[in-house]
Amino acid sequence: MKKITLEVNGKKVSKEVPDHTVLSVFLREVLNLTGTHVGCDTSQCGACVVHADGKSIKSCTALAADLDGSKVTTIEGLVSNGKMHPMQEAFKKLHGLQCGFCTPGMVMSAIDLLKHKKNPSDKEIRDWLEGNICRCTGYQNIVAAVKEAATKM
Amino acid sequence: MASLVGSRVERKEDKKLLTGRGKYTADVTFAHQTYAYFVRSPHARAQIKNVDISKAKKASGVVAVLTGKDIANDKIGGLIAGWRIKSEDGSDMKVPAHPPLASESVNYVGDHVAVVIAESLDEARNAAELVKVDYKVLKAVVKTDEAMKSDSIYKDIPKNLCFDWLLGDRAKVKEAFDSADKIIKVDLINNRLVPNAMEPRAANADYNPSTEEITLYTTSQNPHLARIIISAFNGVAPENKLRVIAPDVGGGFGSKIYPYAEEVVCSWASKKIERPVKWVADRTESFLSDCHGRDHVTHAELAVKSDGTFLGFKNETIANIGAYASVFATVTPTYLFGPCATGVYKMPAAYSNVKAVFTNTAPVDAYRGAGRPEATYTIEVLVEKAARELGMDPAEIRMKNFPTEFPFQQTLVHSVDSGDYNAGLKKAMEVADYKGFEKRRKDSEANGKIRGIGFCTYFEACGIAPSAVVMSLGCGIGLWESAEVRFNPTGNVTVFTGSHSHGQGHDTTFAQIAADQLGVPLENIEISHGDTDKGPFGYGTYGSRSLTVGGTAIVKACEKIIAKGKKVAAKMLEVNESDVEFKDGEFIVAKSNQKKTIGEVAFACYLPGTYGEVKSPLPEGEEPGLKESSFFDPGNFSFPAGSHICEVEIDPDTGTTEVAKYTAVDDFGTIINPLIVEGQVHGGLVQGIGQALYENCHYDDSGQLVTASYMDYTMPRADNFPEFKLGFTCTPATSNPLGTKGCGEAGAIASPPAVMNAVMNALDTDISMPATAEKVWKACQKMKKSNSKAA
Repeated sequence: MKKITLEVNGKKVSKEVPDHTVLSVFLREVLNLTGTHVGCDTSQCGACVVHADGKSIKSCTALAADLDGSKVTTIEGLVSNGKMHPMQEAFKKLHGLQCGFCTPGMVMSAIDLLKHKKNPSDKEIRDWLEGNICRCTGYQNIVAAVKEAATKM
Repeated sequence: MASLVGSRVERKEDKKLLTGRGKYTADVTFAHQTYAYFVRSPHARAQIKNVDISKAKKASGVVAVLTGKDIANDKIGGLIAGWRIKSEDGSDMKVPAHPPLASESVNYVGDHVAVVIAESLDEARNAAELVKVDYKVLKAVVKTDEAMKSDSIYKDIPKNLCFDWLLGDRAKVKEAFDSADKIIKVDLINNRLVPNAMEPRAANADYNPSTEEITLYTTSQNPHLARIIISAFNGVAPENKLRVIAPDVGGGFGSKIYPYAEEVVCSWASKKIERPVKWVADRTESFLSDCHGRDHVTHAELAVKSDGTFLGFKNETIANIGAYASVFATVTPTYLFGPCATGVYKMPAAYSNVKAVFTNTAPVDAYRGAGRPEATYTIEVLVEKAARELGMDPAEIRMKNFPTEFPFQQTLVHSVDSGDYNAGLKKAMEVADYKGFEKRRKDSEANGKIRGIGFCTYFEACGIAPSAVVMSLGCGIGLWESAEVRFNPTGNVTVFTGSHSHGQGHDTTFAQIAADQLGVPLENIEISHGDTDKGPFGYGTYGSRSLTVGGTAIVKACEKIIAKGKKVAAKMLEVNESDVEFKDGEFIVAKSNQKKTIGEVAFACYLPGTYGEVKSPLPEGEEPGLKESSFFDPGNFSFPAGSHICEVEIDPDTGTTEVAKYTAVDDFGTIINPLIVEGQVHGGLVQGIGQALYENCHYDDSGQLVTASYMDYTMPRADNFPEFKLGFTCTPATSNPLGTKGCGEAGAIASPPAVMNAVMNALDTDISMPATAEKVWKACQKMKKSNSKAA
């Protein structure tokens, strides 16, 4: 067991967890932040992407203990003053989601892309999102949504 | 009021899903929760000699360890095949028993042997490793085309043959073939796929010993069907004591239509231990135990005249249905496949013969398109080959054989109500700039690439119905759909549907329909589905049926609301009912300014009488309340159709095939929400192109699943695709008042042959799906050699 302290979505949390607890389990089971999803067991699907200290990471493959002291943002932390993040708005406007399962990871990953590249091309968006699998949308509206968000951010 | 039907309305369900406020089954945790982990067979085929649970029972945190003997002792019934197919000789199909936990034999890797239930998932998983199963391993039957020549897996099922089914007339086909100028032949493999909804399957069953009621949360496309099967067939609890909730569900694509062993076991176990039991599949378990799709081996022939007129078609297929016959496993390769295999063409004579075989692989069932992708692939590869062999243009040969008059009696079963196939193909050729292909081909060639073009023109039969017809063909259920439209006293509306949304956007599309019918603003309408305790019994979502069948039930229920509303409004306005018209949410007296809004009428129905300002007596004999339901059973299937054109560019040095251009022109009849429909097409295309170029489920000779993770099974990813160009034509369906035809499966049906025809056009050789870089590179090497020889 290890005691860890993180800032999750702006709130400080201190918990004692088994050493092998991965961040996705910590968020979902310990903090009940079930917006972060787990869609595979090989760090491939990207449904679990969150931000740790501003960078997108796959939370299923990060030990919570390794992130002791970090600032973590999950999909639940994007809404501010009741308003969705421009990326969330763009996904809604352009139908960038269907079943919604991959969506939290997709949105978190896409936001990180725009930090690296302000106005990415279609190809740059597709290459960046290669680590996020979506089975519903065929990706086309996701690409459109990221482009739309880029004009608003 | 502007009509919402046809508008690009943003989805009502999106905000919760975008902000992490959705609720999927894995997100549900009860007080006193326990966690289940399944002990699964590591062997494809074995006898179970002994299951020793003594160590596991004593492990830390373990609450119970249950085996096949326990489930048999409690007389829990097996999983069922829902559609009875008869062989050509009149005999019934043969199916093995399928206990939720095996006690005598295991028949695929991943088959369920025992369940360990513990205080935590880690403890359940650790204890599962202590369950010692003594197996006598037997030789597995794995390959589709060898199953009939292999040992019988089940002693009562010779040649591993479930059925040998025939649709059509062999003698007529022989005549047609005898008179043909040319016979085109293909041997095809429709590769096995894993549906891979991004949300892994899950179940959480909570038994209340005082009420004796089980509440089962599950990842289902069809909670009502889950309830009736788990009650009536598995006998876990009576229907009135089983509530099934399919909350937000993360995609299904067919794989979540019916309950699996895990839901049955969790429900039964919860009752046994009197605590909630939760199971969530990890992805490997999904690969091993979700029902797979496709897996056909087909020999097909097309008889043609030298001018390209089709004379006859024969289709000999072996369909692998895996180790057990799953719920829709037997209808998928028969009635959903055979009739559509003649394609969108006039075909004077045809037959489809399907032999369904058992193998030691995971059960195979419906996967997006279910039978129709296999059918379309068969005929469309054959037609394109015919064009090549006759030296005809691929568009010309198709147009020559399109029916032009509707209703069109298709060769094998269907009476297609409407369509305009020429218009669709012409539009697709324009959007795709077919005329410019030769220039693009030369440009590719100049860059050292090989460019090919492929067509697919398809029709499909979806919105499966009517119940009387399908039941006469062996279907064990009805295929109508229900709706209940409930006005709340303050004038807003809840619509209950027996259909289920797991990405399709029913909350929005169905609300658009109800808003237009009732003249109530969209934001005042909620769609409720997925809970057997809330709405009426229904048949869920699959086969592109929700809108044509479920949407129509909403229309019919709204019509009843308006009929009652007219009577009440007439009484309130003290006029004759015949003088009242309903328009845009108002009951209006003709040629006067007297009117009542539907909200006022709803209020009056709930507060019938005179109380201060409220004066709302009901007409005599009229009951209070404003709530109506409808069970709609359509008179026919619906028949979407379309033309897809794909261009691929192949790098001969690496064998990489890139989809360079993709055009889809579809006729879905009336479109309610174009934003959602386009999304459905995009998604279907990616799954279909995935089948053609990337995805392949592979078992080795011993029956081990080699592709059991995303490291081994190639899922289509964002960087695999260009921007698709979509277009639509519209001939409204005549089988439902909305004129809709269904759009969910079209992309997955049409795209595999369009892509493969393009690849084969580029390489001028037959190649099987998936056209991986390895296969394509080899074909390119062969082409180089023969070119250099020719030079």
